[in-house]
Amino acid sequence: MSQVTSASPDQFVHRSRRGAELFLLILALGVGAGAYAAVGLGIQGEVPPDMIGYTGWLAVLMIAAHVAIRMTAQYADPILLPVVAALNGLGLAVIHRLDLANNSNFARQQLIWMTLGVVLFIVTITLLRDHRVLQRYTYTSGLLAIGLLLLPMMPIIGNEVRGARIWINVAGFSFQPGEIAKLLLVITFAGYLVLHRDALALAGRRLLFVDLPRGRDLGPILGMWLVSLGILVFQRDLGSSLMFFGMFLVLLYVATERPGWLVVGGALFVAGAFLGYQAFSHVRNRFDIWLSPFDYVDRTPGSGQLVESMFGMAWGGLIGRGFGEGQPWRIPFAESDFIMGAIGEELGLTGVMAVILLFAIIVERGLRTALVCRDGFGKLVATGLATIVALQVFVVVGGVTTLIPLTGLTTPFLSYGGSSLVANWVLVGLLLRISDQARRPLPGVEEPYGTYDSGADEATQVVKVVKP
Amino acid sequence: MNKPIRTVGVFCMLLFIALLAQSTNLQFFRSGELNDRPENRRVQEARFSAERGSILAGDTEIALSVPVDDRYLYQRQYPVAAPYAHMTGWFYFGGASGLERSQNRVLSGDDPSLFVNQLSDLLANRNPAGSNVGLTIDPDVQQVAYDQLAAQGDDVQGAVVALEPSTGRILASVSLPTFDPNQLALRDVNQVQENYQALYDDEANPLTNRAVATTLPPGSTFKLVTAAAYLEDHPDVDANTQVPGGSSYQLPGTRTSIANGGRSCGETTVSLTQAMEQSCNTTFLQLAVEEGQEGMTEVADAFGFNADPAEDYPGTAASAYPDNASDDLLAKSGIGQQDVRATPLQMAMVAATIANDGVLMEPYLIDRVTSPDGETITRHEPEERAEVVSSRTAGILQELMVNTVEQGTARQARIDGVEVGGKTGTAENCDGCRPYAWFVSYGERDGQQVAVAVMLQNVSPNVSISGGGLGGPIAKAVMEQALGVGE
Repeated sequence: MSQVTSASPDQFVHRSRRGAELFLLILALGVGAGAYAAVGLGIQGEVPPDMIGYTGWLAVLMIAAHVAIRMTAQYADPILLPVVAALNGLGLAVIHRLDLANNSNFARQQLIWMTLGVVLFIVTITLLRDHRVLQRYTYTSGLLAIGLLLLPMMPIIGNEVRGARIWINVAGFSFQPGEIAKLLLVITFAGYLVLHRDALALAGRRLLFVDLPRGRDLGPILGMWLVSLGILVFQRDLGSSLMFFGMFLVLLYVATERPGWLVVGGALFVAGAFLGYQAFSHVRNRFDIWLSPFDYVDRTPGSGQLVESMFGMAWGGLIGRGFGEGQPWRIPFAESDFIMGAIGEELGLTGVMAVILLFAIIVERGLRTALVCRDGFGKLVATGLATIVALQVFVVVGGVTTLIPLTGLTTPFLSYGGSSLVANWVLVGLLLRISDQARRPLPGVEEPYGTYDSGADEATQVVKVVKP
Repeated sequence: MNKPIRTVGVFCMLLFIALLAQSTNLQFFRSGELNDRPENRRVQEARFSAERGSILAGDTEIALSVPVDDRYLYQRQYPVAAPYAHMTGWFYFGGASGLERSQNRVLSGDDPSLFVNQLSDLLANRNPAGSNVGLTIDPDVQQVAYDQLAAQGDDVQGAVVALEPSTGRILASVSLPTFDPNQLALRDVNQVQENYQALYDDEANPLTNRAVATTLPPGSTFKLVTAAAYLEDHPDVDANTQVPGGSSYQLPGTRTSIANGGRSCGETTVSLTQAMEQSCNTTFLQLAVEEGQEGMTEVADAFGFNADPAEDYPGTAASAYPDNASDDLLAKSGIGQQDVRATPLQMAMVAATIANDGVLMEPYLIDRVTSPDGETITRHEPEERAEVVSSRTAGILQELMVNTVEQGTARQARIDGVEVGGKTGTAENCDGCRPYAWFVSYGERDGQQVAVAVMLQNVSPNVSISGGGLGGPIAKAVMEQALGVGE
């Protein structure tokens, strides 16, 4: 493949940086444990009695993940895991705080889900030694993704919660298959686009400085558009619909290097949004609420949740009320979609900005992985995963802060929700796997410490065999 | 593929910047607006359970937060209640009215001007306390005004306003009937609603602040404004100059004639002094026509008509001097009839301007903001609102007003050893209605001045309404208290 970048003589050789990762992990543990202690102090007036056990368990999970990386992905990005651990720890503390107010027990379940997520994270990086293997499952994972997306529509197991039909109930557990499907779709799109990118990149008609694609190449994008509309229509899930289509569009653009696709995709998005607005009352309702949230406070479906969250964030102001001093329990379901409202109220704008920046770091590390990755498939997968995180955060936080109409998605790593948490841990595992491949010194490069002298050149490059 | 990946990176960065900007917007720039929304229960609860600052008249606390032992920690109390109810308003769960509302940010400690205090509270780990609002009201003058007005009977509807002419300080502002704000600041929201509804349904409108919000035809007291307009345009005229008079005057373009109620106003002319002293309708009807619409409007506006006075006093209404469609209406506006409307505060401003040699000081109610430990944070400085008339004109008007008290219709306001000027007024809002009584005056003693306006909208049915007879003694008592007569 032509885009396999060769190690040029001045190629930078990455260091492993596992020590830095460990140091940052300790800081992340401090965030998780500190927030948990602060919740106890703020609400009950004492450090929680299970403080040591809780901190110990978080530490065990983080060390396990760290050791797994040391053993199987020595050169993986050192920043991703600590950032994710910090977000997850903060999320647990906020959910625990809401538990104390609401007499619920979500934090314990979330800790179990986090444990499962870390286990699957370790499984991912241990079993998957080379991400290029996934390219073989392009169509399999595509079919699987569609199957998963259809599951909630099935009788008996399908389950509708608050208007969105995106849940399944199996053996007492409820699960959002869409969260897993988003990972599979990234693999499918990447695998498909890396093969067909040349065809899709063929110049079409040029209109106003933009090369528009040929009509016959519009198939895939129209297909994806219909799938997204399907999600919107049948599952009433605006957020996922927007996220899938946006991710596909970004990958199409990256694979073909043709901004024309963005124009076509943007036009399709506007058309889809307009159709949705015209045809579906729930889309119209979300849009109207966005324009004037206060007119819908007492209605059903109304804006009570959104307005309470806005009030909470305003009440939190710059530095927040502090854990236990705010009233985030006024926001219905604050532990899931609206967790940013609870953070804004008790940790203030400062906390909200910190969280947004942590997400920005995840996205930045993901895209950096894509940049240094040596194969096209890896580049596209890494870009897709990073884009998913960026879009998901934008859609949900933008919705909560009324930047855009509210669509309803979980906030990655923070919100209560098993499927989302587990899927996002696997997502990070995939990113780390790709970054390990990307940053690993090429065979033949003996100096591990970033010298600019390298014996490798294109002619003698050893292409690693993809193991079955 | 790296170039588009970098573009995607920039795109994602823009997304995150948009999120940061919007959270800043929500949590910083819009936070005040969102906190003030009526639906916002958490702010209401927090405010309701916060220790608010006091409202003070002099050193008297007229609104304060008292610690109580329940979940809201403090109860708002109004110890002197009735005389101040219309100014303080009341503070209840879910809102506030009057000064409690307009000064809410200062009283609750949220105001940006209190930033230094908030910061020191934060550093010292104290609960932020609200600041105190000090009023210009003199509690003794206020009490005298209230007692005097209340002495007119249970049915009295009226108001008294006293101003310090040289500064614009509002020394007293009383409106009757009044109410007990404590009954509207109860814990029990339903009881509050019930009490409020009863006051709201009361036909005497006890919730209305008649001192600043009720506009009525000022009647003969408006002749001061007409005289001022005439004097400004006629530098050769003084108190003794003969002006048009006569026993009756036919309104231009109509068959209607207006007389003087039997008072002596000359054959065809009368001296300006006598015209004011006897409150000659025929004179001021003609002066208004002579002045014309423009000349009258100009001076009336300068006195404060057609604009909101005292912006720190919640609920003030603008007084009105209208555009008259024809000369007969213009004539009637010259004696404060037709569509002229004034609040007691406005008429006190007229008297204050005359006493202050033609300069109108902007009236104000809030003197200072003090920190919880009593230090002054901000103090209101007097502001000149307008040079309404020349000092010569003001001097002649003073002469006319003093003469009216010495020999004319306003004799009831005479005080020994004090220069007192006054003007009475009685006006009707409609044919056959009970008239309203007005009394507008100023007093000066040892360089100290006070201007007082009294308005009586309704008294007991068996008392005859006249400006001098009813308003005069009230104004006199208020001036005596303000000027320290008999101390």
